[in-house]
Amino acid sequence: MLNNDAALETEALTIRFGGLVAVRDFSVRIPRGSIVGLIGPNGAGKTTCFNMVTGFYKPTEGRILFNGQDITGWLPHKVCSAGIARTFQNIRLFHTASVIQNVMVGARIRQSTTWWHALLNLPSYWKEEREVREKALYLLDAVGLKQFADEESGGLPYGAQRRLELARALATDPSFLLLDEPAAGMNPNETQELMGFVKDIRNRFNLTILLIEHDMRVVMGICEHIWVLDYGVTIAEGRPEEIRSNQKVIEAYLGEEYVRDA
Amino acid sequence: MDPKLKRNYTLNGVAVLLLVGGLFWAKGNLDGYKIQIMNLIAVYIILALSLNLIYGFTGLFSLGHAGFMAIGAYTCSLLILPATYKQTMFLLQAPMWPFSVMHAPFFVAVVMAGLVAAFFGFLIGLPVLRLGGDYLGIATLGFAEIIRVLANNMPRVTNGALGLKGIPSYSNLWWNYGWCLLTLFVIIRLVRSNFGNALKAIRDDEVAARAMGINTFRYRLISFTIGAFFAGVGGALLASLLTTIDPRMFIFTLTFNVLMIVVTGGLGSITGTVLAGIVITVLLEWLRFVENPISFAGMTVPGIPGMRMVVFSLALLFIILFRHQGIMGRREFSWDWIFNFLRRKGEA
Repeated sequence: MLNNDAALETEALTIRFGGLVAVRDFSVRIPRGSIVGLIGPNGAGKTTCFNMVTGFYKPTEGRILFNGQDITGWLPHKVCSAGIARTFQNIRLFHTASVIQNVMVGARIRQSTTWWHALLNLPSYWKEEREVREKALYLLDAVGLKQFADEESGGLPYGAQRRLELARALATDPSFLLLDEPAAGMNPNETQELMGFVKDIRNRFNLTILLIEHDMRVVMGICEHIWVLDYGVTIAEGRPEEIRSNQKVIEAYLGEEYVRDA
Repeated sequence: MDPKLKRNYTLNGVAVLLLVGGLFWAKGNLDGYKIQIMNLIAVYIILALSLNLIYGFTGLFSLGHAGFMAIGAYTCSLLILPATYKQTMFLLQAPMWPFSVMHAPFFVAVVMAGLVAAFFGFLIGLPVLRLGGDYLGIATLGFAEIIRVLANNMPRVTNGALGLKGIPSYSNLWWNYGWCLLTLFVIIRLVRSNFGNALKAIRDDEVAARAMGINTFRYRLISFTIGAFFAGVGGALLASLLTTIDPRMFIFTLTFNVLMIVVTGGLGSITGTVLAGIVITVLLEWLRFVENPISFAGMTVPGIPGMRMVVFSLALLFIILFRHQGIMGRREFSWDWIFNFLRRKGEA
């Protein structure tokens, strides 16, 4: 199923923390426009992989290619400006800011005017600030939070905070989106909604999406390809139905319960 | 234009006119002591606003304000002191060129004071802004001490421990409140722009801000440098207001006074800073009575020098214990807020 047009490619990514090898030889090739998943038990190194791709950790070995460009070791803001956005496992909103301000901060990176434009009262500054606000409202509308635009973000319910984080990530105009456990803490209804929503934003914003998820319904439901990590090693990869029947994966992660349900 | 915006602009204009009227009235009707307090209020507001930008809005715990003020004060003073006067005042050693001859009008001198302080802020910011939290506090405190020690030990530039005397007192209500309004304008514009949103985002969650493409180091450096600029301006105005400066003036207590205003007003509240700037500057003067002998009901309590600061430290302690977010928290007084408040009152 993998065609040649890869949005993101990693080549044998390895990272060591002291003597511990957190991730070993992590190699993926993610086709443009796909939704793919990264799964594995707790502590398998999934978020570490995210942190390497987004520049928060520098891999000890290996390369990361984004649209064919080597972005290994780039700083996070550079990676973001190249077009990779992410959300966090533990929601990280700017909690003192209003909902719309959160999204506007995401849009900041695509702004050409800066602080001294604000002081000089330039028309271009006001025009761009207005555009940023409109863009933020548009994205809030897309995630169904427009009516909360001026509320304080910390006061939103959990599911809404997750969607706000997504809107904020989208505001950076990414072509590649990393979602760290987007369904965590959601009830089955919300999870169902989320699946449709992720597919929807992929189509609407021409994204490639890599997600970490523990909820197997989400992973099996929307991912076209899955990588499985265990103790930092990729133990399996393939289409959802292949992963479902892979003996190693079942042993390492899915457990007997899932086998029985399936 | 949005009618609400138009109304706010009009009200801002009216407020400035009222301030100008008030200053005219004060000049004609108040004695020198009260005018001096009004001048100090404006200077302290400038200083506190600049620290609030650094600490309140960007979350950089900086204790280097006295250092930037010293740089601003010395720069401005050396620029406005007449060359001939400098030659006679420098008793220890003759002043070094170009400090011996440089001269500029007051406005230029104040701008230069800000720029030199900003330059030092930029230089010191390059290495120390990579530090976070308490480490940054220690490093900036160290910087301020270095500046003070240098001022003490560079007699050819600063006249050493003797300090500079007879600085022309150009600083008056107009200059001080003009600069105060300019500082207000700049800081309000900054924190209300999307640039300001990014500064606050760095304060709230640095990791998330970096993931959203914010070059946090650059933003911090800009905020710190702008803050240093206005600290330098404040120092310059203060020097011309007091007409005499020496290194002892720029000890940590000065930073502490400014920090006290920021914390009392509320970290991240501009109107809180203005309010606290007025209240604390007035109290700093008014509380001098506790340092004088007090007669009460036939008993006389002897005056204790420094008692004022004890009272202030206690007050700060109580603020932190019972209202640690300050008078205003992160909220602001705004015309919208006042109108909404009045409307609710009207409906009730």
